[in-house]
Amino acid sequence: MTTTEQSPDSKPPSDYGTHPGAAANHAFKWVSTGAGSLILITLAAVATFLLMEAWPAVSMPAAELGESVSFIKPEDGQSLLEIIGFLVYGTILISVIALLLGTPVAIGIALFISHFAPRRLAQGLGYLIDLLAAVPSVVYGLWGVAVLVPFLQPFYQFLADYLGWIPIFAPPESGEVFTGRVALSAGIVLAIMIIPIISAVSREVFLQTPKLHEEAALAMGATRWEMIRMAVFPFGRSGMIGATMLGLGRALGETMAVLMIISPGLTFSSHILQPNQHNTIAAYIALQFPEANALGVNSLIAMGLALFVITLLVNMLARWVVSRRSEFSGAN
Amino acid sequence: MKAFTRSGVVLTAAVLSLSLAACSASNEEPPAGSSESAASTSEAMTELAGNLQGAGASSQESAMDAWRAGFQSANPDVTVGYDPVGSGGGIEQFLAGAVPFAGSDGLLAEEEYTAAIERCDGDGGALHLPMYISPVAVIFNLEGVGSLNLDSETIAKIFNGEITKWDDDAIASQNEGVELPSTNITVVFRSDSSGTSENFTDYLEQTSGGAWPYEATKEFSTEASQSVGADGTSAVVDTVTSTDGAIGYADASRAGDLGTVAIKVGEEYVAFSPEAAANIIAASPLSDTANGENDLAYAIDRTTTDSTAYPLTLVSYHIVCAQYDDETERALVTSFEKYVASEEGQAASAEAAGSAPLPADLSAQITAILDEIAAA
Repeated sequence: MTTTEQSPDSKPPSDYGTHPGAAANHAFKWVSTGAGSLILITLAAVATFLLMEAWPAVSMPAAELGESVSFIKPEDGQSLLEIIGFLVYGTILISVIALLLGTPVAIGIALFISHFAPRRLAQGLGYLIDLLAAVPSVVYGLWGVAVLVPFLQPFYQFLADYLGWIPIFAPPESGEVFTGRVALSAGIVLAIMIIPIISAVSREVFLQTPKLHEEAALAMGATRWEMIRMAVFPFGRSGMIGATMLGLGRALGETMAVLMIISPGLTFSSHILQPNQHNTIAAYIALQFPEANALGVNSLIAMGLALFVITLLVNMLARWVVSRRSEFSGAN
Repeated sequence: MKAFTRSGVVLTAAVLSLSLAACSASNEEPPAGSSESAASTSEAMTELAGNLQGAGASSQESAMDAWRAGFQSANPDVTVGYDPVGSGGGIEQFLAGAVPFAGSDGLLAEEEYTAAIERCDGDGGALHLPMYISPVAVIFNLEGVGSLNLDSETIAKIFNGEITKWDDDAIASQNEGVELPSTNITVVFRSDSSGTSENFTDYLEQTSGGAWPYEATKEFSTEASQSVGADGTSAVVDTVTSTDGAIGYADASRAGDLGTVAIKVGEEYVAFSPEAAANIIAASPLSDTANGENDLAYAIDRTTTDSTAYPLTLVSYHIVCAQYDDETERALVTSFEKYVASEEGQAASAEAAGSAPLPADLSAQITAILDEIAAA
């Protein structure tokens, strides 16, 4: 990230006190500072709320909590901490499936739009992708459960029949994949949901590649693919990572689609073709909230806190990766 | 496809209302203005005005919407509100004096009765009025089979995965003449926390003679390997409808064209019907803890052998005081509850929530009790 260098004798902007636009400049400064701090205040308020509301459940002995909250069963290996463990695992598993399936497709779409498609087609496609990003998740959920899940079931059976020896594709006990409401389906629907975000951001980044770099690569005899590898990808790498993290953020926090599609369970199982094995934090909270008593709500908020922490970690990681990469991107 | 889309809409609406309910549930302050009233005339019976606020079981929510609408259109100056915080929360608010009546799926515990004597005016304490009766149906999807006879033990074994094929001897022996395929049984259950699951598991626990190893709980658990959890009644019905060989449970009003199970009561098999569901009240004794004969707190007898009754039924109560010193509050509560117990009110909830209307004699009994509720 290079900024325009200031020569030593240039004054900082705030010193232009007598300039006719000084008042507006001042106001703008305060408005933008206010907006910036509002984010920090909101974040702090959310964190405080989560901590305070989660505390009664977290501080209580497991056995006692189990007695007053119906969904916490320490005697069945489902104490609050264990449930959080299962849910964190399920959340990450399903999000990773979504990222693995979604990112390559999204990058492909972005490249097609930015470098391969005829201009007119590219514009239309770009609009379409942006539109897809705005579809509410409940619509994806309904479509997933009504259309996609029944459609995928025979395909899952095929996977289980021929690749069932790989643990993740192991079918249920009977050998028959009797339902498509499994983690893989949730992952696929999430992948479809995050594709528009990732490809919309990546497309913008790819379009920023300096023409000079691209033409230089082509002039040196590179094929188009080599040009993309040599000029576009290095330039867009931090942008792609940022886009992927945005997508991951959406996948991690997605509630409705997962809630409607998955047949939930609490295990550390790797069998993504079996129902009743996985659930995500957000979907679990939505499942239990309506009937939860006061302590139950506290427990659910503790799970929300876990999700909050994961999301923060993911974003910090992304920041770190982006900042490390930018030095070598060759974009400057 | 069309059917799905429609139920999808219902599902969406249900989810929306749930999340709204969730918002209100998270608000732990008791609703404001619970019994404020604008009416000051002594003839409050003829010109009701004011604000009546209740809280409690979410099972009654859609019935309550219908009652509220019906009562408000008959009494335009009255506002009725109901906060579906759950039975426990409703009782808590009622005992704290925040609401004049509570909705509850369960009965008051002994110490709650004691607390109610303190809370209510006079020393009559609190009364239960059974207002909402809703049968739960065991539904299944087997081509060409519209009804099956099953006893509780078999149902428990099916739902816990001990019986895995539809042509199992345990099923076939109770259904002679029915051609059962050898399809695998897919168990469909509620994955969310629900009163329907609680009633179903309570029935299984009490009647299956040990075949159901779990306690009655809002969170359904099963050992069945071929099982699918679905979020909410609509999703359960949809999943059963779309899965050949599936069995599940849902509010009877939502069973639609699916096959339903006639459960064994005494020596006979009883299919659910509004009458049979209402009969479970007649077949059940009043609870030992009941607060005098005006307190219609029934110990629902799931093990009844009276084969006119359908024991897999949810009975939900309104809990009121035996005495309200404030005349306006008394008038509001009693006239609202009278409307709820009336034929009209019960018809409204039957239409909106698919509940079974109260039998006429019970309805008359409740009206008589409401007439006895005194003002100082």
